[in-house]
Amino acid sequence: MAEAYRLSIDAASAALAVRDISAVELTRAVLARIEATEPALRSFITVAADAALAQAQAADARLAGGDAPALCGIPLAIKDVILTRGLRSTAGSKILGNFVPPYSATVTRKLLDAGAVCVGKANCDEFAMGSSTENSAYAITRNPWNLSCVPGGSSGGSASAVAAGQCLGALGTDTGGSIRQPAACCGVVGIKPTYGRVSRYGVVAYASSLDQVGPLGRTVADCAHLLGAIAGHDPRDSTSVDCPTPDYRAALSGKLAGLRLGLPKEYFVDGMQPEVEQAVRAAVRQLESLGAAVDEVSLPHTEYAIAAYYLIATAEASSNLSRYDGIKYGFRAEAEALLEMYRRTRAQGFGAEVKRRIMLGTYALSSGYYDAYYLKAQKVRTLVRNDFLAVLDRCHAIVTPTAPTTAFRIGEKTADPLQMYLADIFTVSVNLAGLPGLSLPCGFDRTGLPIGLQLIGRPFDEQTVLNLAYAYEQATQWHLQQPEI
Amino acid sequence: MAHEAVIGLEVHAELLTESKIFCACSAKFGAPPNQNTCPVCLGMPGVLPVLNRRVVEFALKAGLAINCRIARYSRWARKNYFYPDLPKGYQISQYELPLCTGGEVEITTADGGTRAVRLTRIHMEEDTGKNIHDAHGDASLVDFNRCGVPLLEIVSEPDMHSPAEAGAYLRKLRSLLRYLEVCDGNMEEGSFRCDANISIRPRGSTVLGTKVEVKNMNSFRAVEKAIEFELRRQAEVLEQGGRLVQETRHWDPDREVTRPSRSKEFAHDYRYFPDPDLLPLLVSEQWIERVRAELPELPEARQARFGRDYGLPVYDAEVLTARKDLADYYEAAVRTHPNAKAISNWVMGDVLRIVRERKLDEVLVIRDWPVVPAQLAALVALIDNGQISGKIAKSVFETMAQTGASPERIVAEQGLTQVSDEAPIIAAIEQVLAANAAKVAEYRGGKDKLFGFFVGQVMKATQGKANPQKVNELLIQRLTGSP
Repeated sequence: MAEAYRLSIDAASAALAVRDISAVELTRAVLARIEATEPALRSFITVAADAALAQAQAADARLAGGDAPALCGIPLAIKDVILTRGLRSTAGSKILGNFVPPYSATVTRKLLDAGAVCVGKANCDEFAMGSSTENSAYAITRNPWNLSCVPGGSSGGSASAVAAGQCLGALGTDTGGSIRQPAACCGVVGIKPTYGRVSRYGVVAYASSLDQVGPLGRTVADCAHLLGAIAGHDPRDSTSVDCPTPDYRAALSGKLAGLRLGLPKEYFVDGMQPEVEQAVRAAVRQLESLGAAVDEVSLPHTEYAIAAYYLIATAEASSNLSRYDGIKYGFRAEAEALLEMYRRTRAQGFGAEVKRRIMLGTYALSSGYYDAYYLKAQKVRTLVRNDFLAVLDRCHAIVTPTAPTTAFRIGEKTADPLQMYLADIFTVSVNLAGLPGLSLPCGFDRTGLPIGLQLIGRPFDEQTVLNLAYAYEQATQWHLQQPEI
Repeated sequence: MAHEAVIGLEVHAELLTESKIFCACSAKFGAPPNQNTCPVCLGMPGVLPVLNRRVVEFALKAGLAINCRIARYSRWARKNYFYPDLPKGYQISQYELPLCTGGEVEITTADGGTRAVRLTRIHMEEDTGKNIHDAHGDASLVDFNRCGVPLLEIVSEPDMHSPAEAGAYLRKLRSLLRYLEVCDGNMEEGSFRCDANISIRPRGSTVLGTKVEVKNMNSFRAVEKAIEFELRRQAEVLEQGGRLVQETRHWDPDREVTRPSRSKEFAHDYRYFPDPDLLPLLVSEQWIERVRAELPELPEARQARFGRDYGLPVYDAEVLTARKDLADYYEAAVRTHPNAKAISNWVMGDVLRIVRERKLDEVLVIRDWPVVPAQLAALVALIDNGQISGKIAKSVFETMAQTGASPERIVAEQGLTQVSDEAPIIAAIEQVLAANAAKVAEYRGGKDKLFGFFVGQVMKATQGKANPQKVNELLIQRLTGSP
C-alpha cells in the first residue's frame, strides 16, 4: 500500500479491520516516513521505534482475535509534556532530560488501552511555554509547509508530525492556544476540549486552571475519534468533570440547519494579515451557505484577555515548576550548599522563556502585589467568561480566526517576547473561559502557508463544534492539500 | 515594672486517617524510609491531588467538638517555599477561607476557676517530609513518608497568660482530640506539635508587645519551660532598656534556653494562592449533621453524667472520663455489676497502675487491658457477695492480670473461697489465743491495741480466707467473754 502513512484514521481502521494492511506494516510505514523527514522537521524529541513495533504486534494479535478496540493499530505521536510510562518524557526541558516516568498520563493509558501505537514523543516549547516550538531545549521544529517557518507552538511537534504524515494523529496540550495555533500554522485540525472534559493526570503542568489535553488530526473525523478515546471523568483528577462522553465520531452529521453562529467584531483587528481575514470571512460565508445563520456579536473584554492570561498562567506556572529543584529527580547542578544547589539547578536547567514566566508569576503572587495582579486577573477572567456565555446563550458557536497571521519565520519573534505573546491573541480567551475550541484549515496565504479557522463552542458541547467543522470540511478541499516534503 | 505574659499557641495535630490527605498511601507512623510514598505524595511531574473525605470528617469532628463555625465553602491554597522535604515546592493548606473559625477551649486556671481560650481557626493541610542530617558523613537524606499525612492546624488567640495556662490548654486540646479518636497526641513522635507565640506587656496594658515565635518543643514540660524562659528573657531585655525583635527562636532542650533560629535564607513570602488542582470544598448541612450525630459524648458531659448516674465523687468522674477508652471500660464493668464506687476504686487503683506499668496508656485506644471489664466486675461481685475478702481479691486481681483467667476459676483452683462458718474460725482463734497467753493477759489488762495483732494472727492461721467481719465478732466475744 503506497503512502499508508497518509491514511486517515477511518481509512486505516477499515484497512486494518479487513487485513489489507497489518498494524506492523502501518507502523513501519510511519517509522520510515519519520526517518525520511525527521532530519528536516525535528518533530520529535524521542522516537520510540522498538516500543511502537511491539505495540503494533500486540495490536495485530487483537485485530486477528476480532475484538479490536477503536484505535487498534493506529500510530500516534504524544506531546512530550504528556507522560508515557517507561518512555523518556522531558517536557522539552533540560531539567527533565533524564526523566523516565514510572507511570503514564491517563490520556496515554486510554490511548494504549484503545490499541493505539505510540511512535514517539513530539517536540514542544519547554513546559509548553511558547507559540513557536523554538523554546524546546532539544530542537527547533520546522513547519512542513515551509522549513524556514515555525510550526507554531507549543504543540508544534505534534502539529508538524501530523501534517507531514509522521503519525496519523497526535496529542497536544493547550493552555492559551497551544493546540489550535500550531494546528492553524500546519494546516491540520486541532481541538481543545472544555476544561474538565479530559483528565490532566500525568500531564506536566504549566498552568493548571487553563491546561487541557486535546487531539490533532488531518481530518475532523480523526480528531473526533481521538477525543472520544481520551475524554471522560478521571478519579485521579479532581477538576475532571463527571459527565457522559458522546460518541463524537458517530454523531458527525454534516447538517448545519438551524445553527446560529456569532462573529465577534473584536476578532478582526488592525495588524491582522489581510489574507487571514479574507479567508476567515470566506469561510463564514461558506458556513452560511451550508445553512448556518451568522450574527455579528461582541466580546467586549477581549482586549484584556492577553494581560489576564499572562498573569494567571505565569502565577500558576511559577508554583507548578517549583518541584524541579534538583532534589528528587531530573537534572541537578553540583554545589556546596542547598540554596546554591537550587539556584544553579534552576539557572542551568530552565530555558530563558521558562525563567521569564517564573519570574513574572512569582512577582504577580508576591505579597503586596497579589491583589493588584493575580486577583485582578481572576476578575477579568470572570468578565471574559461572562462575555462568552452571554453570546453563547444566543449562538450555538462562535467563529473567529485562529491566529492573526500565518506561520512566521524561525527567529522572527524570538527577540521580542511581547510580539510572540500576540500569536495567541485569538485563542487565550477560550482557555480563560474554559470553553471548547477547534481550529481547522480554511485557506492558504500567497506563500502557500495554511490559514486556520477557529470555532468556539458552549461548555461541554464539543459535538456542535465538531459538526460545524465537519460540514465545512466536507464542503471544501483545504484538508486535502499536503505539504511537499 | 510588673509584666504580663501574652501567649498564643499554634498546634499541628496529625490525623489518624488510614491514608494520606491527597493519595492512597498509608499514613501510618514508623515505616522504613520512603516506603509510604507514591508519585502523588512525592509531587512527581504531572500528578494531581485527590482529597480524602475522611480528613474533612476528622476536621469537622474537631471543629464541632470545639464549637467552631464550620464554613460551608472553604478553599485549598498553595503555600510556596523551597525545602528538600517539600517535594512540590509548595504545601497544600488552607488560607483565607479555612474550614473552621472561632470556638473555644475551657481551661482551669491557677486559682481553680475556669477560663475560655478562644480559637482563631482550624484548618487542614498536608504534612511535609523529614530531613535527616549527618547520617552518612556530610550527606543529608530525605524521608518522604510523612509527606501528605493529614494535619490540623489549630490556632488560638493570645488568651493565655502563664506557662501553666498554656500547658492546661494543650493538655485539654490533646485530650479532646484523643477523645474524638482523630489524633494520638504523641508529642515525641511529632503527631502533636506546638509553636508558641510569646510576648510580654506591662500589666494592665491592652497593647500587644513584640512577639517571638518559639518552635521545637516536643513535650508539655518543654512547652512550659520554653515559655518560662522566654518570659524571663524578654523581661530582662526590657528592664535593661533593650528592645525586642520579632523573630523565630528554637527551644534547646539540653541547655533549656531558646535561641534565634538560623533562617536568613528563608525571608518568607509564601505567595499563597488558591490551588487550581483542587475544587473548592463544599460541606453540606447534612454532612455536618451526620458528623455531629457521630460525635462521642464529650468529656465534660460525660463527667457530669458519671456524677449523676453513678453517684461518683467529682474526682472519680474526672479521672475516669479523662480518656474515652477508660470511661468506656468503666461503664462496661458497671453494666455487668452495678457497684459504681467499688468498680471506680478498682479502675483508678489497680487497673490504671498496671496500665501505666505496662505503658499501655501511650496508645490512643487501649485494647489489651490487663483485665477485661466483665472480669473486673465479676471480681467485685465475688467480694460483694462475701465469697472472697478484699484482701484475697487483691491477689486474685494480680493473677487475673497475669493469666487472663476469670476470678471464679482462680478462686476455685486456689481454694481461696472465704470461710464464714464459725467452727473453723473459732478453732483458729482458740489456737492463736492459746499460743499467745501473755498477750491475751496484756490485752485484758487494758492494752486494746493488741486487738489488731490477734486479728492478723487469726487471718494468718486461716491463710487469709476467714471472713474478717466474723473474725472480729468472734474474737471480741472470746477476748471479752469469760475466759
